[in-house]
Amino acid sequence: MIVADKKPIEEIIDMVKDFKKLLIVGCNECVTVCEAGGKKEVGILASALRMYFMNEGKKVDIDEITLERQCDHEYLEELRNNIDQYDAVLSLACGVGVQFMAEKYFGTPVFPGVNTCFMGVTEERGVWSERCQGCGQCMLGKTAGICPISRCAKRLLNGPCGGSTKGKCEINKDLDCAWQLIIDRLKELGRLDDYEEIIPIKDWSTERAGGPRKVVREDVRL
Amino acid sequence: MSANNVPSRLKKILDAGHLAVTSECGPPRGSDPKAIKKKAEMIKDHVDAINITDNQTSVTRLCSLAACIHLKLMGVEPTLQMVVRDRNRIALQSDILGAASFDINNILCLSGDHQQFGDCPQGQNVFDLDSMQLIQTVRLMRDEGKFLGGDAINRPPQMFVGAAANPFADPFEIRVPRLAKKIAAGVEFIQTQCIYNLDKFELWMKQARDRGLHEKAYILAGVTPFKSAGMAKYMKNRVPGMDVPDDVVKRMSGVPKEKQADEGINICVESIQRLKEVEGVKGFHIMAIEWEDKVPEIVERSGLYPRPNDL
Ligand code: SF4
Ligand code: SF4
Repeated sequence: MIVADKKPIEEIIDMVKDFKKLLIVGCNECVTVCEAGGKKEVGILASALRMYFMNEGKKVDIDEITLERQCDHEYLEELRNNIDQYDAVLSLACGVGVQFMAEKYFGTPVFPGVNTCFMGVTEERGVWSERCQGCGQCMLGKTAGICPISRCAKRLLNGPCGGSTKGKCEINKDLDCAWQLIIDRLKELGRLDDYEEIIPIKDWSTERAGGPRKVVREDVRL
Repeated sequence: MSANNVPSRLKKILDAGHLAVTSECGPPRGSDPKAIKKKAEMIKDHVDAINITDNQTSVTRLCSLAACIHLKLMGVEPTLQMVVRDRNRIALQSDILGAASFDINNILCLSGDHQQFGDCPQGQNVFDLDSMQLIQTVRLMRDEGKFLGGDAINRPPQMFVGAAANPFADPFEIRVPRLAKKIAAGVEFIQTQCIYNLDKFELWMKQARDRGLHEKAYILAGVTPFKSAGMAKYMKNRVPGMDVPDDVVKRMSGVPKEKQADEGINICVESIQRLKEVEGVKGFHIMAIEWEDKVPEIVERSGLYPRPNDL
């Protein structure tokens, strides 16, 4: 999923403090799972803002809604009939949802309510960590199913570096060294000999380096 | 060991079977070249080549290439250290050509410390290639006279290709396979991480010999003298990938403060003496961090002086 984190309330207030009628829009997908932008968080943020405006003696109307997704036309369209009632929208979706909202409702100011962080997993409740950077050319088959691009601090394709210490990365004692994980798993799979295969220079043109990316699938287009 | 005729003095010394001695200097944090020239002046008669570090520990400094050129103009042989942290493949190849245009004939291919250790922890990193792939790149440019993109290079670089090896980093079981991998990538000489745990180094060397790796690349043993017991403790506890055994720290702490520097030099010289006996060690890389003036003494007391000068 896409993992997001809460934005500090002060930052949110700073963005929306001059509007009179606000719509806070949550998303029922990833940001609900990572407890940053689902229905529950929309409710908590709305209460906090109402409290703030009340203390400031400002009259601001705040409505709440949580859509199934904000990255698909179909769900965003549900706002079509009401959107003009609002001065601004605060979207608690990931950056993708915020942008799709802004594209769709061109004349309405849209603000991000969360910090979108990465694609990752729930390690345990309240702990999420990165697993993929969408390089566009997945090489997990060569690295025992562990991604050196997203999990090695230097994205080394032929690691580990000399800083790997007791299984941890040189940048942080609490961070697993991706290459230690790869080697441990190669060993488990009886494939440690694969370690000596040099992974060739990567074509990064399918990654961010190649510019904004698009997937077009003629076979599924309508 | 190597059939090519790269005009590197370091290579010639190694090819001739001498124990080589290299050292390194960090460029200044400013544009005055005096500091680097002064350091080089201090050690140039006692070493065969001087590595110039490339923004080591990610602290911004005068660039390695420019400092190498200063050495070259003094008649001292430089080894260009190049990390893949800060430059993409265009910049790396371009800097290699720049170095080659000054006939800089040694290169050390490194990953580089993560930028969070330096003065720009908020900066981007590049890591377009890794150190293994940089080795391959230099070899391609030199041996096939080609750019990564496939075009021909007019006057290809003539470089003796080196890399670092850390026998002490984890996981230990892949330390030798990793060396084998660097050799397969095309590395010709290795400078190791500072050796304080000699037993562990000897074990690594033995495993390397078992695979015949000591005959495929020249291995220069890295040593760094401790200036003080505090430095020994710091290196033990704070520097990633460093293995300083307790008894070495104890030995440093066991002498009065004013004698600790001398003790550090003693330990360094004794290590070199012992390492000279290890089969496969073809020389020494003496990293006297901001203590270059001690290099001549270490070289002389270790019986590595005078340096061969008939090559
Ligand atoms: S190799 Fe690329 S696509 Fe596969 S997990 Fe890593 S970043 Fe994602
Ligand atoms: S310690 Fe491991 S994870 Fe960290 S940068 Fe080095 S190889 Fe990558």
